[in-house]
Amino acid sequence: MAAQRDDEAGWSAEAARRVWGGAVPLQVHLHDADVTTLPPPPPFLTLGPRIGYLPLLVPIIKAHFSSTLPPGIDTVWFEYKGLPLKWYIPIGVLYDILCADPERPWNLTVHFRGYPSEILTPCDGEDSVKWSYMNSLKEAAFIITGNSKNVMNMSQADQGALWQSVMKGNLDGYMNISTRLKLGPFEEDCLVRTSSVEGQQGSDEPESPGSGKPFILWLGRVPVRLYVRSVQEDLYDLEDALPVGDWESISYINRPFEVRREEGRSYITLEHALKTLLPEFFSSKASRIPDDSETAPQAPDSAPNDDSDVTPRSCEKLESSASSSPQEANVANKDKIVKLVRVQGIEVDMDIPFLWVANNLKNPECYLHICVYVGTRKREPKDGR
Amino acid sequence: MGGSSIGEGTLSLGDFVASAKALIEKWKVIDVEDSLPDWQWKPCGKTGVPSEEEGYLALEGVYRNPGGRHAQSSSECVHIYDYHVVYSFSYKVPVLYFQGHQAGGQLLTLDEIKEDLPSHSLKLLGESKWTFITWEEHPHFSRPWFTLHPCGTSDCMKLLLEGVENKDQHVQYLPAWLSVVGQAVGLKIPLELYASGLKTQE
Repeated sequence: MAAQRDDEAGWSAEAARRVWGGAVPLQVHLHDADVTTLPPPPPFLTLGPRIGYLPLLVPIIKAHFSSTLPPGIDTVWFEYKGLPLKWYIPIGVLYDILCADPERPWNLTVHFRGYPSEILTPCDGEDSVKWSYMNSLKEAAFIITGNSKNVMNMSQADQGALWQSVMKGNLDGYMNISTRLKLGPFEEDCLVRTSSVEGQQGSDEPESPGSGKPFILWLGRVPVRLYVRSVQEDLYDLEDALPVGDWESISYINRPFEVRREEGRSYITLEHALKTLLPEFFSSKASRIPDDSETAPQAPDSAPNDDSDVTPRSCEKLESSASSSPQEANVANKDKIVKLVRVQGIEVDMDIPFLWVANNLKNPECYLHICVYVGTRKREPKDGR
Repeated sequence: MGGSSIGEGTLSLGDFVASAKALIEKWKVIDVEDSLPDWQWKPCGKTGVPSEEEGYLALEGVYRNPGGRHAQSSSECVHIYDYHVVYSFSYKVPVLYFQGHQAGGQLLTLDEIKEDLPSHSLKLLGESKWTFITWEEHPHFSRPWFTLHPCGTSDCMKLLLEGVENKDQHVQYLPAWLSVVGQAVGLKIPLELYASGLKTQE
């Protein structure tokens, strides 16, 4: 038992090292409009840490292009094939969802002028990224423990050190502080035991017994961020997917996975978790529907088959008038199939235990980012904005 | 689901939807300033989300004259606001997203929006640049909107709903929440929405 736990700890340490060591080779081109010299400067090659963020690379990139930049105030942003890149999404996730076929090096364009403020939230460099990171960590803490106190009550020094370790990819420094936040690991028996409680008093943690005993809490929810990209349904090879033209064509779903004890199975697979989070993509399979829904709402006379009426949630229908009639969206939802699931650059086997994935492939803000490619026959009508 | 409990200051998705629909109806009945439009329920059109149950509450086209100037101000000075209330699955509370634009359609910057904020919010904004009103991606549009950070909402709601009877709590949640959040962004919510809620239900 103890040996098995040591084994697992060893695997997890190795997985964390690989996640933290992962990087995307980047070839950064200066946008034509920002070039003031002839000949134009050569592109800049660098490694973008998977768990890092693009604005953190700006100092070294700017140094490379400094001699050719126009005078004035910089508002730096990055673009890939015409798509402005969201700076608050980790580099590895951007790469996984935007490059169906991994492009090496990844050719990005950097702009120093003309910030697309209608598309991207403003970015004041490192400070913005730090606060975006801290807010995500706070959110993850709330999901896991039901409050954000552990993160809110961190000392300024610890906050600063935690951020520095993320920024520099210093895993040991990160572990020193993050284990005190008691945000993992998740365990299959629905208990979380943090190993680092010994030797510290639970001063800012009311639920903590505070002694050398392991800290135990019920596991309810796992922080997950999903990125769902639609590709043509008849695509043979993902490398032929059309580039992403706008962010509206990627569905971003920030939603915890709720672990329930009445699952009645030895462990939760990644497939089961995705089925629960994205019911419409899995409903057409003949295999069974997630069995944890108490009362899946039925639309008995509206749909020709079982494709369109599966919403495995316990929430009752509130306005029966609207929801009992067949809806356009539901009709369009047919014929969607999952083509690829990618986490940290890895095409993950759907039978892997979900909590293993969450524990070992999560990012340093404790979120598991999952990229899903879905084959779609018909594009859904977009929301009007 | 997941132990959501109004006693804890949080809401389930079902309670949120029910409370939102009750608010829409009540808003029509009570005496609201003429300048305020009706709240609407907008379904979610996102891929991957079961659209029947999900959506958000919207109050769009609220006219404001910045700096307290009155009717004589030219139309270019008018600020028009859209307010959206979106359910946060992470915090299990409603979250306010808002944006303002000029009559010509140009989006307002934070500095321009400040002209419309009450003084206590300006003070808070000065003290906590990153944790009060911030730019965030709107969960339904993947575009930047302003938002009030929700991490303190459940604690606040726990206090506000303490006196309310259990069976009415989910209906009273959004009016109570709006009365606080509205003040922070200078949106005037009629007291009647919250106070007389129990009586006007028939």
